[in-house]
Amino acid sequence: MNFQIATLLGQDGLTNGAIYALLALSILLVFTVTRILLIPLGEFVTFGALTMAAMQMGKTPKLEWLLLGLVLIDCALDVYQQIKRHIDRNKMKMIALKLGYAVIIIALLNNLSLSEIPMIAQIALTLCLIVPIGPIIYRLFFQPLADAPALVLLIVSIALHVTMVGVGLLLFGPEGARTQPFSDTGFRLGAVMLKSQTLWVILVSIFLIVALFIAFERTLYGKALRATAVNRMGARLQGISPIFAGKATFALAAFIGSASGILIAPITTLYYDSGFIISLKGFVGAIIGGLVSYPIAAIGAVAVGMIEAFSIFWASNYKEIIVFTLIIPFLIWRSMNSHNVEDDE
Amino acid sequence: MTQATEKNLLDVSDLHVAYGKVEALTGIDLTLKEGKLVTVIGPNGAGKTTLLSAIMGILPSKGTIHFNGQDFICPNVETLVGHGLGLVPEKRELFSTMTVQDNLLLGAFQRYRRGDKSYNQTLNEIYELFPRLWERRQQQAGTLSGGERQMLAIGRAMMSKPKLLMLDEPSLGLAPLITREIFRIFTDLRSQGVSILLVEQNARAALKVADYAYVLEGGQVAMQGPASELANDPKVIEAYLGLASKHQELLSS
Ligand SMILES: Nc1ncnc2c1ncn2[C@@H]1O[C@H](COP(=O)(O)OP(=O)(O)OP(=O)(O)O)[C@@H](O)[C@H]1O
Ligand SMILES: [Mg+2]
Repeated sequence: MNFQIATLLGQDGLTNGAIYALLALSILLVFTVTRILLIPLGEFVTFGALTMAAMQMGKTPKLEWLLLGLVLIDCALDVYQQIKRHIDRNKMKMIALKLGYAVIIIALLNNLSLSEIPMIAQIALTLCLIVPIGPIIYRLFFQPLADAPALVLLIVSIALHVTMVGVGLLLFGPEGARTQPFSDTGFRLGAVMLKSQTLWVILVSIFLIVALFIAFERTLYGKALRATAVNRMGARLQGISPIFAGKATFALAAFIGSASGILIAPITTLYYDSGFIISLKGFVGAIIGGLVSYPIAAIGAVAVGMIEAFSIFWASNYKEIIVFTLIIPFLIWRSMNSHNVEDDE
Repeated sequence: MTQATEKNLLDVSDLHVAYGKVEALTGIDLTLKEGKLVTVIGPNGAGKTTLLSAIMGILPSKGTIHFNGQDFICPNVETLVGHGLGLVPEKRELFSTMTVQDNLLLGAFQRYRRGDKSYNQTLNEIYELFPRLWERRQQQAGTLSGGERQMLAIGRAMMSKPKLLMLDEPSLGLAPLITREIFRIFTDLRSQGVSILLVEQNARAALKVADYAYVLEGGQVAMQGPASELANDPKVIEAYLGLASKHQELLSS
């Protein structure tokens, strides 16, 4: 291995690591706030990538039907609950807004010539299409189980993952897809060519991580989510509803997932079922962080990306095995160090 | 004005709460008029904490809870907080890994959400009331001393400017001087128009500041009346007020 190969591999490792770090942070966020291990996070990644690819091929992404279907079920449930209890005008307005939003997005998708609009508009549309799916999924599948044991939540999460992979196959077909890079230029750093998409991935990831950090440290809404993670009852007593917290974290996770998909789609070919492995590597990062520490999780995820890249060079057949074996020493170490933190007031 | 102060802010009737098959509250009736300080005293395990939890919607209950002009049947906690009910729970439920200041700010979450920007002023008022919290504002809540935690819990509840503040043994573990200070704060709050429902072990102090009192025993209201009358009731003196001195006599003999 010479220096040039090392920098190339390092570049790949860093790109993947940045994505894993984003995913690790959202897994951690969802877990600490809702106790749900968000296994379907990877599906948001593939949905994001494949939706972008469909648009660039000039096709209307079929994911619109998923959004429409979910919004309709959601609103139907809302109306049913309103009738059962009492009719609240504000809630009715919310229902109308939700339906209106879905209709507008679908109208836009069907009337714009999607392959010709600027890429930034394609990205915005993709995000507008996918992000609302997150909170609706929380509301339909997890909100009724808010007090269920963690194991039940995990089983539902796995079921949801399997279902979403199936839906992915149905909506996007079995073919893989790649998208155009954000910009075509390359950069020369000494003797090495840096792909511009690499820079995009790293810069956007850093930007998102910093933005998340600021949101959670500085804004009262971010603090409210943290508070829910720290003490659920305490948060409820301040009027911070766990439902609000759940929906907000799922929206964030859907956003980060689909944004990651959009970022890596120009670099790797993604299939309807590629998401799981990707999010699993983010998960390894989250485990390294002990499912509590954000900075350690992010560093762990970058390490996973690096190890993956370098194991491609030395033992490419074993790269997944090497990455996932990594988790074992950390799990052992964690379980030896862990003490039961049951209820701290 | 007299009419307004005579309004029932809280009206609980025939409240039943059960833990599994064991009934912890069997038909409680309780009213609290606007601007009053009502105290609930009683022995350990009488159901005082259960009562507050049920009113707050933390525990499912049977019976009706009428608060601030609305009926709530098994409401959820957040809705009641939004309607102006605040609780300092027995376990305090602080955000232990967050700073004192963040804990206080989160107390104003509902106000912030409604777009009420005056919460910073309330924050200053609370720092004035508890200078200790000001000194420790950047410290993690979990590292506070027991008494400081009590102050933080009370301060956090006050940040939401509740119409009715319910407190579960706020003087627990506080030094006598601070206890006196806290009771003084309650009378101050009441004179500012905040209604208070106070659960206390320190019956003597509670009866002194309260307008009206309930004595809870075995999940039922055993006695009730104006606090000053109960304070002179021989049965209450025997069971709750005289106890400490009798106990001390026994110890010293
Ligand atoms: N989660 C629970 N499961 C079963 N029983 C409970 C539970 N919580 C409380 N109890 C029981 O209900 C009764 C009333 O408890 P509660 O905590 O309301 O008493 P309290 O009046 O607040 O007592 P203290 O003065 O000691 O705080 C007690 O007998 C208690 O053991
Ligand atoms: Mg109690």
